[in-house]
Amino acid sequence: MATLEIDALNKSYGSLQALRDMSFAVRAGEIFGFVGSNGAGKSTTMRITLGVLAADSGQVRWDGAPIDHETRRRIGYMPEERGLYPRMKVADQLVYLARLHGMDAARARESMEHWTQVLGIEERRGDEVLKLSLGNQQRVQLAAALVHEPDILVLDEPFSGLDPVAVDVMSGVLREQADRGVPVVFSSHQLELVERISDRVGIVRAGSIVATGAIDELRRTEETRWRVVGPPASRWAGGIPGVRVVADDDGTSLVEAGPGAAADTDQALLAAALAVGPVREFAVVRPTLTELYRDVVTADTQTEAVPA
Amino acid sequence: MSELRPLGTSATIRLVAGREIRTRILSKAFLLLTGVFVVAVVLGGLVFKLVGSDPDPVAIGVLPDASGVSQQISDTGKAVGVDVKVTDVPDAATARSDLRDGTLDAVVVSTSPTLAVEVHEEVDDQGKALLGSLAQQLALAGAVTDLGGDPATVAQTVATAAPDVTVLDPKEPRDGGQIAAGYIAGILLFITLMNAGQLVAQGVVEEKSSRVVELLLATVRPWQLMAGKVLGIGAVGLLQLVAIVGAGAASVVGFGLLDSTSLDIGTAALWALVWFVIGFTSYALALAALASLVSRQEDIGSVTGPVIAFMVVPYVIAVSVAPWDPDNPLVKVLSFVPFASPLVMPVRIALGTAAAWENLVAIALSLALLPVLVWFAGRVYSGAVLHAGGRLSIKQALRGQ
Repeated sequence: MATLEIDALNKSYGSLQALRDMSFAVRAGEIFGFVGSNGAGKSTTMRITLGVLAADSGQVRWDGAPIDHETRRRIGYMPEERGLYPRMKVADQLVYLARLHGMDAARARESMEHWTQVLGIEERRGDEVLKLSLGNQQRVQLAAALVHEPDILVLDEPFSGLDPVAVDVMSGVLREQADRGVPVVFSSHQLELVERISDRVGIVRAGSIVATGAIDELRRTEETRWRVVGPPASRWAGGIPGVRVVADDDGTSLVEAGPGAAADTDQALLAAALAVGPVREFAVVRPTLTELYRDVVTADTQTEAVPA
Repeated sequence: MSELRPLGTSATIRLVAGREIRTRILSKAFLLLTGVFVVAVVLGGLVFKLVGSDPDPVAIGVLPDASGVSQQISDTGKAVGVDVKVTDVPDAATARSDLRDGTLDAVVVSTSPTLAVEVHEEVDDQGKALLGSLAQQLALAGAVTDLGGDPATVAQTVATAAPDVTVLDPKEPRDGGQIAAGYIAGILLFITLMNAGQLVAQGVVEEKSSRVVELLLATVRPWQLMAGKVLGIGAVGLLQLVAIVGAGAASVVGFGLLDSTSLDIGTAALWALVWFVIGFTSYALALAALASLVSRQEDIGSVTGPVIAFMVVPYVIAVSVAPWDPDNPLVKVLSFVPFASPLVMPVRIALGTAAAWENLVAIALSLALLPVLVWFAGRVYSGAVLHAGGRLSIKQALRGQ
C-alpha cells in the first residue's frame, strides 16, 4: 500500500522555527486527523507537502519516492486561506481546475457535474463564486479539491464554518475517499469531530508531532479509571490493592487503578461496591481526545513558538 | 487510479491563457472600449472625408457692365490657386437676390474706374485673395495703358516671373494624411498598451488577493502561470488593436482618403501591430513582476503608477513633437530606447520618416532586453506571488521571501 510520508521537515521564518523534525505517515485508505494549536505548524506542513512552500530540510515521499511536481498534480488540496476566482462561475472554475490538473475537457465537465451534485451545489453551477453564501463557497472549495479525482487529499480545516448537515456531508465524502484508497490528511480544531472520523491522529505542538496513533491507542493509558454511580467510594474502595479514589461527589465516584493492579480489579471493585449498596452505573472512563490534547499541548506551553 | 495525464508546459500555458482570453473578451470593459474605438476611427474617417474634401468653388457673378472681365477672373483664379466659377448676371436685382440666398459669393458690378464688388455679409479668404489680385491687375493694366504699353504683354511677363529658390535642407515630405496617421498611431498604442498592461497587473493581484494563487501553484509552476496570463491578455489586446486598426484602415481606403496623401497605410498598420506585441511583452512582464509585490487591489496604483508615468513621457513627445518635427533628436533617440520605442517608432513610421534600418535596429534593441526581463519578472513573481500581507520590495522578492 502506498504511504504519504512526511519525514523530518524543518522550516524557519526568520528567527521563528515553524517546524522541527516534523514527521508522520499516512497510509492509503486512512483518514489522518492533524490537530494542534494555531501556529503549531499544521498549515506549514501541508503547504510544504503541496510544494507551495519549500522546506529548509526534510522530505515528503509518496510511495517511497520524493514527491515531485507530477505527483503533486494528483493531490487534492484545500488551502487554509480559501481561494477561488471571485468573478468566475462555479462550473467554469471547477472545470478549469480539473483541466489544470490534467483532465481532458469532457472528463473534467463530467467530474464537475458529479461533485457539485454530491455536495449539493448543482443549482449554483452558473453563479459567480462571490455571489454564494460562505457555506456554499466552502463546498465549492471542497469540490475544487476533489474534482480531479486526486490520489491524495490534503485539507486544511475543511470543517471550519460548516453547518452540521454540511459537516455530515463532508465527513461522508472523506470516508468514501479513504475507502477508495486515498490517504486523507485534514486539520481541525473540532476535536470531537476528529475523534469521530479519524483513523489516526497526530497532535502537533511547536512544530513537532508530540503524539500520534490510532485514537484507541492514544486513549489507552497506564492507569485505568472507572466511574461508578452508587454508594460513595470512600465506603468500599479502600480495601482493594492499587486503587485510589480520584473523586467522590454526590453519588458519582471516580476510582483509578495504577499500572500494577490485577487484571480483575474491575470485578473486585464492582463486588465491593455492590456489597455496600445498589450500583446504577459502572463504566471504564477513557480520556477524550480533548483531554489528551489539553494534556499534551499545555504540558509545556513555554516551549511553543520559541524563537530558534 | 485517477485519469490524469501529465500536462506539458505548453498545454498548461495554453489553459491559463485560454481562461484569460475567455474572461477578458466577454468582459463589458473590453467590448465597450473596443466598440468605442472602432466607431471613433470610422466616424473620424467619415468626418475627415466630409471636411477635408475640396471646398466649393468661389461663385462670382458678373454684371453686363463688367462682362469683359469674366475671362480674367478665371485666369486669376488659376494663378492664385482658387477654384472659381464665373456666371453672367443680367441685372443688379438678380445679383442681390443670388448673393442673399448664397448662390453667388460675390458680384462684380463694374471695373472702371476701379473694381467694384458686392457681397452679402463678407467674402471669404479665397475670395479676397482672388478679388484683390484681380483689382491689382486691373490697376496695373490701366497704368500700363496710360504709359502706352500693351497690358497683355506685361501680364504675360508678370505671370511667368518666379523666384529662383535654392533649398539648403529639403523638408521631409509629410502631408496631412501622414500626420493624422502619426497621431492616431501614437494615441492608439499608448491607450492599448496602458490598458492591457493594467489588466495584467490587476489579474496578478486578483489571484493574490483572492488567494486562488495558492490552489493554482499547487499544480502550475509560477512562471507558467505568469506566462499564460501575459500571453492571454496580450492576445486579447492584439485582437482589440487589430479590430481598431482594421476598421481604421478599411474606412480610410473605403472613404478614398488615400488619394491626397503619400501615407502607406499598410506599412503603418502592420508595424503598429508589431510594436504593440513588443511593447506589450515588455510592459506586461514588468507590470506582472511589480504587481506580484502587493496583495490588495488598492495597492495596484502604487506599482503601476510609476510605469504609466514612465509611458507618458515618450507618448507625449511622440504625439506633440514628432508630427511637426520628426527629425528632432529627442524623438529619434527615444525611438530606439526599449520601453519608449513602442510608443515613438510607430509614429515615425506612420509619418514616413523612419528608415527601414532604424525600425529594425529599434526592434533588435527591444528584443535583446526581453530575456533579461523574462528572467527578472520570473524571479520576482515566483518569489513574491505567494507572499500575503504587506508590500514586498523587489530585493525581498528576489531573495524569495
